[in-house]
Amino acid sequence: MAVAFLAAITLVVALNRRAERAGVDPAAPGFHFAEVAAQVGIGFVHHGPTLDPNVDNIAPLIGSLGAAVSVADVNNDGWPDLYFTNSRFGYPNALYLNRGNGTFEDVASAAGLADVNRPGEGVSMGAVWGDYDNDGLEDLLIYKWGYLQLFKNMGNLHFVDVTASAGLRQWMNANGAVWVDYDRDGLLDLYVAGYYRSDIDFWHLKTTRIMENSFEFATNGGKNRLFHNLGHGRFEDVTDRMGVGSTRWTLAVAAADFNGDGWPDLFLANDYGPEELYLNDHGRRFILSRVGLEGDSKSGMSATLGDVLNRGRVDAFVTNISERGYLFHGNNLRLNFLPELGRFQQAAEGVVADAGWAWGAQLGDLDNDGRNELFIVNGYVSGDRDRSYWYAASKIAGAYGPVFEDARAWPAIGTASLSGYERSRVLVNRGLAGWSDVASRVGVTDEYDGRAVVLVDLFNRGVLDVVVANQKQPALVYKNSVVPGNHWITFKLVGTRSNRSAIGAEVLVAAGGTPQLKVVDGGSGFASQNDRRLHFGLGQTARVDSAVIRWPSGTVQTVAHPAADQLHVITESSR
Amino acid sequence: MSSPSLVASRALWSWLGRLDPRYPVSFLITLILVLGEARYGILGGYDRLVTALGVCTATELALSRTVRGRFANVQSAYITGISLALLIKPRAGLLWPFALGGFVAIASKYVLQYRGRHLWNPSNFAISLLVLAAPGSIAILSRQWGNDLATNAVIWCFGLLIVSRVRMLHVTLSYVACFVALAMVRSMITGGPLLAEIAPLTGPMYQLFIFFMVTDPKTTVSTVRARTLVAATVALVEAVIRLAGDFHVAALGPLYPAPPIVALAIVGPLAKVIDLQRERVRVISADGENAAPS
Repeated sequence: MAVAFLAAITLVVALNRRAERAGVDPAAPGFHFAEVAAQVGIGFVHHGPTLDPNVDNIAPLIGSLGAAVSVADVNNDGWPDLYFTNSRFGYPNALYLNRGNGTFEDVASAAGLADVNRPGEGVSMGAVWGDYDNDGLEDLLIYKWGYLQLFKNMGNLHFVDVTASAGLRQWMNANGAVWVDYDRDGLLDLYVAGYYRSDIDFWHLKTTRIMENSFEFATNGGKNRLFHNLGHGRFEDVTDRMGVGSTRWTLAVAAADFNGDGWPDLFLANDYGPEELYLNDHGRRFILSRVGLEGDSKSGMSATLGDVLNRGRVDAFVTNISERGYLFHGNNLRLNFLPELGRFQQAAEGVVADAGWAWGAQLGDLDNDGRNELFIVNGYVSGDRDRSYWYAASKIAGAYGPVFEDARAWPAIGTASLSGYERSRVLVNRGLAGWSDVASRVGVTDEYDGRAVVLVDLFNRGVLDVVVANQKQPALVYKNSVVPGNHWITFKLVGTRSNRSAIGAEVLVAAGGTPQLKVVDGGSGFASQNDRRLHFGLGQTARVDSAVIRWPSGTVQTVAHPAADQLHVITESSR
Repeated sequence: MSSPSLVASRALWSWLGRLDPRYPVSFLITLILVLGEARYGILGGYDRLVTALGVCTATELALSRTVRGRFANVQSAYITGISLALLIKPRAGLLWPFALGGFVAIASKYVLQYRGRHLWNPSNFAISLLVLAAPGSIAILSRQWGNDLATNAVIWCFGLLIVSRVRMLHVTLSYVACFVALAMVRSMITGGPLLAEIAPLTGPMYQLFIFFMVTDPKTTVSTVRARTLVAATVALVEAVIRLAGDFHVAALGPLYPAPPIVALAIVGPLAKVIDLQRERVRVISADGENAAPS
């Protein structure tokens, strides 16, 4: 008996080691990254917000948001450009114009998009691009802890603030937004996710009772808002009418047609609460649906969409928190079985589930083998390496809600870290063999506090590069080198009856008998928006059977045998 | 003059008092399980409950039959199994912490004995072991409880009622009083908010700790005074661990996720050994006195 007892204890130790080493893959990945931000002229450094002194004790925790990046071709020259947000008064946002020669130039100041972080107006938390007036030029919505700002692209790299005339001048403490044509009228609408309550002015606090009232089921966050595009540059707040005013602490939102009824739904990743799926009822209203998300309450931080198993479905990946000894919330990989079962199926395990304090993530085919990889950035607050705030946080995490709703009741963090200096994860999709972390093997070794991540073919080479916005730290540009041999195909969509940006359009590529589905991105991940050109890896297959495009208008367009290894610009057919 | 309801209440109270203490404790932990699962999905999967309960019960039956030649009552295994299912929060998809934790918990009663008595509360031993030996695989419950008053109030009311009927209320109250007093001391030393120091008491880990572990009749010492002293000592050791956490003492890092549970795992067995030795001395003395010529 004593032998069995000792054997069991030994087994505990052995299995723990195995669990910690899980996901190490001996096979060589078919791609490698080089960090080239400095070489290509991107020297952006994020600065976090300064806050009211009443919350000095946990200012590093509250002020740990705001590093964001989004992609758009702002001057229609065929080269993707990058917009980074800053979050401190007086510090400019940056618009890096892609010169097409492998370098970038910050033109934000001249374009009128730099000086947006001002006292009385708030500071940037993120931005999403969308052609809301269908004039063929990408416009910009900046969401803030402060007033929303909508900038109309006038052409020639000149932008004008049209917030007031658009009816969008609203103070929100927002950390996510998505462009979505929810009523399929051809005009992009806007859904903005409130995080902190909108009556909070972080520089003039009237109360310190601003924090969540539960770590698991909080509903005292900022109210999300849906703005309907009326045309002629005007928006109307239809939040209550459409039933999408969640007051959970939404950190990320993504839109796609999850149940295959042709109408875009809203997927919310909520901090301190369960994820939410609002199913779109024919553009008339949204219905908060019981689809297997409601009982699983964690700390959702990123809503990432992708066809994980090549089933022609939009699945969702939501990042969460894992910290050795303290908390294993684990990320969620929600496989979409809505059409058959009316629910998602949780499929995260191993390295997919536990990636530290994970923030932004994106699914994309990094090695062009026809399967999506996962790039996850993480780390919350990197302070002193030998001082952790985890123990202090654990004191209040399980306590009675009104205690920690007051920021003053929180222990001071000082210069301690909280899940700091965590490395990013690059998870290779091995199909049925699962996922393996190859980050260090492919050259991703930074320990910055990553927030936003986007996938974009920066240099028009047929491979996805990765851009990361880090909190209070430099942005990173990971240039991808893919081992030759795999093929690819990319689509750029131009809407006519649908919104011009084609946001929400789906492309289903069939090649070698395998389907792959991608959706044009109106904002996804955390504080990010990918390149809206849709990139598909094809593996060894050089022949594509078909590409079926489902436009937001309902038009279905089929392209037979599109050529591999090139970009296809597809304009929506008239019917 | 008593109303029928009062008479019924007194009868129930009296009946409760005559019950094997494990029955009301089983009721309480079942109540916590049902409330927590219904309101907050506290388990995170019924497979965890089935594994923990199944292994605990099977181990109890197998070892009792092997060692004592008869099947033991499985009430203790039931309480341990539910405690483990509630308190262990594993890395995604892992079930082995419940299986091995359940086996080690029950086996500890048969292996780690002194003078025929086991020294550790079974779930306290297993959870301490897992916290210290498998931090990459498990965390301990600190959330999943909604942070609301109603659930706390129900558990506290039933908890206090039941520990009073099993005559362990003094242990719970002593520990809580010492915890609060020491929280004030810690707050003064660290300069941190007092509420943050007291806050853990309103959390789920403590509810399970103060109603099930520190009051376990089988592993507590023999006198009221000694039990009170032990409860105070547990609180004191816990306070030392917490202060070390506040000052970021790296060497004690593994203890910080579960200070009260580790403190009990340190103090409880020592106290029990001392208690059993003192009992032995008392018995020898009594035997000596009885044997001495008058």
